[in-house]
Amino acid sequence: MSESYITRGSTIAARVLDGEMIVMNSEDSTFFTLNEVATVIFQAADGRTPLREIVRTRVCEQFDIDPEQAQADAEHFVAELSGHGILLVSDQPLTPEASL
Amino acid sequence: MISAPRKVACVEIGALPISLSTSHGRFFDLLLQRYEGFLSASRPECELEFDIIDASPVSDEDVSVRREGPQWRLERGDFSARWDPRTGQGSVRQNANPYSLDSVLRILHSLILAQRGGFLLHAASAICDGHAYLFSGVSGAGKTTMARLAPRDVTLLTDEISYLRPDDQTYRAFGTPFAGELAKAGENCSAVVSALFFLEQGPENRIDELPCAEAVRRLMRNILFFAEDPALVEKLLASACDFVTRVPIRRLTFYPDARVWEEVRRFEGVPAHV
Repeated sequence: MSESYITRGSTIAARVLDGEMIVMNSEDSTFFTLNEVATVIFQAADGRTPLREIVRTRVCEQFDIDPEQAQADAEHFVAELSGHGILLVSDQPLTPEASL
Repeated sequence: MISAPRKVACVEIGALPISLSTSHGRFFDLLLQRYEGFLSASRPECELEFDIIDASPVSDEDVSVRREGPQWRLERGDFSARWDPRTGQGSVRQNANPYSLDSVLRILHSLILAQRGGFLLHAASAICDGHAYLFSGVSGAGKTTMARLAPRDVTLLTDEISYLRPDDQTYRAFGTPFAGELAKAGENCSAVVSALFFLEQGPENRIDELPCAEAVRRLMRNILFFAEDPALVEKLLASACDFVTRVPIRRLTFYPDARVWEEVRRFEGVPAHV
């Protein structure tokens, strides 16, 4: 099974306010608020850590959640945000330069 | 050939004095008239030199604001400008139309304010009992209506573009000459912002809380910003989040008659003396 790596898009502005992660794409002014689980994944999106490892070591450790369900939810979340340019996804590690 | 001497006026909006110079006599007169209440003897922080060209009516084209090396380049069908934030100096080529001049100034202020934690907001603003109140919303939501309904003792800062800067632990709203449908410049004064209301018209007057994220979303949607620059957008989002933590933001549903101002007066926002 191939791994997927995620990093934040280069046109993204993000801020935590009142416990919620607010994310904005400056290219098209789309605006998202992330729930707690999505926030953990977003913050861990360094381009080097496989998504599966993020789910296992961050999400499942912090939240009482079934690993398979967590992985499915994470993949759904990543697909949605990558569709809006918030996250970039690759089957190879992404360096910061590569994501610019 | 000897060129005509340049005339200079300093226009101070939001406590930011900018000198505007031109050798075009009619344009200079227009400038003095348009910014009459905002002329200043302060030492300018920025300088813009205007060259007036005959062509190009006011344009509906999208404005383009982008970095070119250390400079900003501002372009629309009716103007072309460069501004260097390191020196504060810039040059503008535009026709003698006041709307083009307003647009250039608004863009320049938005760029400078973004660096200083402030912003321009699509909102009417007014000082009532020493407090500044902001009324924002989409076109037609009631910004100009709120300005028209204001009692006599209320000082109008603008019916269209509010000017906001951080001030110690809160924010200050300044009057601007940028008018909307009211076609009347605001007063050149300022006050601590007591509250921001997002307007919706309805059968009765009521004030409702807005969740923080929703408040930020609405705020960002109404901030005037033109540059496609991720670093500045990041700063703006930070400013918007800061604003939301310091200023009460509410939804004001209102029936368009004078009683809405009684509701505003009763609202307990940030104290005026902060």
